[in-house]
Amino acid sequence: MTNHGRLQVAACRLSAASTILLAFVAGLPGVLRAQDLENGKALYDKWCAGCHGMTGQGDGPAADYMLPRPRDFTFAIYQIRTTSNGELPTDDDLRYIVDNGMPGSTMPGWKDKLGPGDRDDVVAYIKSFSRFFEDGQPEPVAVARAPRVTDEGLAEGRRLFEEEVECIKCHGAEGRGDGGSAPELTDDDGFPIRAANLTENWTFNGGGSVEDILMRIRVGVDGTPMPSNGDAIDAGIITEEQLWRVAQYVRSLSPDAPPRRQDVVRAAFVEGDLPNGPEDPAWNDVEALYIPMVGQILEAPRWFAPAVDGLWVRALHNGEGMALQFSWDDASASPDEAWDPFFDGVVTSMVAPDAPHLEAQGPDHLAVQFPLTPPEGTVLPYFLAGDARNPVYQIRWRSNPDMAEEGTATGLGTFASGTGSDLTHGAAFANGRWQVQFTRSLTASDPGVAASFTPGESMPMAFYVADGTNAEDDVRGAVSAWYAVYLDVPLPPRVFIAPVVATLLTAGLGLVVVIQAQRRST
Amino acid sequence: MRRILAVPVLLSVACGGGGESGGESSGGGGGEAAVAALGTASIMGVVNFSGMAPANPAIDMAEEAECAAKYADGPTDPVVVVADGKLANVFVRITSGLPAGPYPMPSSPSVIDQDGCLYTPRVVGVMVGQDLEIQNSDPLLHNIKAVPTANRGFNISQPRVMSSTRSFNTAEVMVPLECSVHGWMQAYVGVVEHPYFAVSGADGAFTISGLPAGTYTLEAWHETLGTQTMDVTVEDGGSASAEFSFGS
Repeated sequence: MTNHGRLQVAACRLSAASTILLAFVAGLPGVLRAQDLENGKALYDKWCAGCHGMTGQGDGPAADYMLPRPRDFTFAIYQIRTTSNGELPTDDDLRYIVDNGMPGSTMPGWKDKLGPGDRDDVVAYIKSFSRFFEDGQPEPVAVARAPRVTDEGLAEGRRLFEEEVECIKCHGAEGRGDGGSAPELTDDDGFPIRAANLTENWTFNGGGSVEDILMRIRVGVDGTPMPSNGDAIDAGIITEEQLWRVAQYVRSLSPDAPPRRQDVVRAAFVEGDLPNGPEDPAWNDVEALYIPMVGQILEAPRWFAPAVDGLWVRALHNGEGMALQFSWDDASASPDEAWDPFFDGVVTSMVAPDAPHLEAQGPDHLAVQFPLTPPEGTVLPYFLAGDARNPVYQIRWRSNPDMAEEGTATGLGTFASGTGSDLTHGAAFANGRWQVQFTRSLTASDPGVAASFTPGESMPMAFYVADGTNAEDDVRGAVSAWYAVYLDVPLPPRVFIAPVVATLLTAGLGLVVVIQAQRRST
Repeated sequence: MRRILAVPVLLSVACGGGGESGGESSGGGGGEAAVAALGTASIMGVVNFSGMAPANPAIDMAEEAECAAKYADGPTDPVVVVADGKLANVFVRITSGLPAGPYPMPSSPSVIDQDGCLYTPRVVGVMVGQDLEIQNSDPLLHNIKAVPTANRGFNISQPRVMSSTRSFNTAEVMVPLECSVHGWMQAYVGVVEHPYFAVSGADGAFTISGLPAGTYTLEAWHETLGTQTMDVTVEDGGSASAEFSFGS
């Protein structure tokens, strides 16, 4: 053997040895640190049992106020897996949910609250609730590589979504969870469950990337109506590539990035007419502010499971009047008979805090509020319908009968209807989305009933939304914190004319100078 | 070396659709050691129904015109199927009296079909480990979702005509099958540790064969009418009768 050859062999051995060593060192924490069930139990009892129950049956004290309800660990049925349908999750699958939570539910992520070792211990303890884990755990499903995203691919994905895989039946034509089968969906325990709103990928349980979506479609979401497409692939009904096309199309239904947090919606100035309805194409060019909404859990009757998780707001004014457009996802225009099974499921499966449940579906609600008078300094009215010293001006809309009214309030449940402006409204519902427009003069006709708006100033603004199908009403629903609307100052004409005049003058003077110079030289 | 025995298993199961018997089978599929039939006795029974059968609820199948078209008088949910005083879709199995296993495995799978947006048959039995073949004869999306408690469940998308196979590894009576797309679809699978089970056909008849001589407890289950038990004694090569009576 030549020196060169020996060197090669030695190098190879060294590299092999270092690889083994590296692998060993990398695996060392896992090897040395056995999962600690005792620590897992202590952490579980402290942080998890309130919802999931001391014995892991998903029956903690808070469970009856939640929908979706907390997982029952004793059946070991887990929604978010990388393993085949019906199989146990891997430890990594469980750890992912402990880390990141379930955005479509009340389950928070624990990444920032518990250390990695503690989270492993919790996973180990959760597994101990079910005998199924005694038989070992399966391997993740292998998936083919994703094809490149193309326009044709997205079109194919849409066709499959609508006609072949028929996602549309539950998720709806535009993916907002309003398909024909959606109102009757239940989870394995018979509790009502919503088809995911596919236009908000930041709320997807298990993650919103194309890869995450592909995995959900491939292996299903156990415990829910979402089936696995593994058998359809095995049977040659659809190909893996086609499944990727569906995943890519589903991903395309959401924005590229989750909505940015912003506090102020800008009401741009427009010359002439304001949009004449919520569906006026003029709104398409107006920037929308996304308002996250949360349950009204501060004042009786509270509501812990709001259906609406966000609201898009647009605003325009023309110096005389102002138009606000609201858009939010709601699978039904309540009341809707088809959704009675869902409503019935909500009222029978959840405890109504503070007051009895509604007996039947009511309408959907929207309210926007402003301080009745511009706030002095930083003092704002209480965000829930104001307070005795700081009344709010509210514009309230309901879906059935379709009506809007304005008035004042000094606290939840104190709304007094009145006429303080020339308020008009329009509302439209399609494919699981409400769009509502309020239009009125900037200046109130009665300042005791309505607020006035001034270009160049910002006005605090807060929101309320309720879904009648979800057993919500005008106090049990979703609220926002205070935001603001800023009315642009229309630019005076001189702003546009002055630069042109200046340019012309400069050019003219330059020309004079040149001409004079040419004369002198000749 | 493992010996493969090819032994006839005398097991006939009257299916929900029409009381036809399952075929005779030979054991020993897939390299598994087959178990000989334990005996030659059989129980030939019938399930009666007395009184007025409750009306089955109508199904609004408007969302699936292709399915709805198959029902001239409008689709109904066949919860209680009675004809001439005989009750179909009763799951009958032996609950005690059997010698210790192992038991012969039926060589052919149990079959359940999705046809006209209903399950056919509505009630089937399988032995632990026996294949359950789930067919979709409808040219549209069904998902077939099993919601067991002792077994692992499954939830299979069948976007068009196709077939899937599953099995259960623990006895469980009954495992509900559901379709989330069509909330009215409901079926039940009885999972038993032995092959001595049957489902009453349209004529109310059921047959359990291949039994050794002995005295057995039979349990009859119906999804809404409850369960009944009775003791039956059979002789080698003989056939005993068993009669259950449900009523409204």
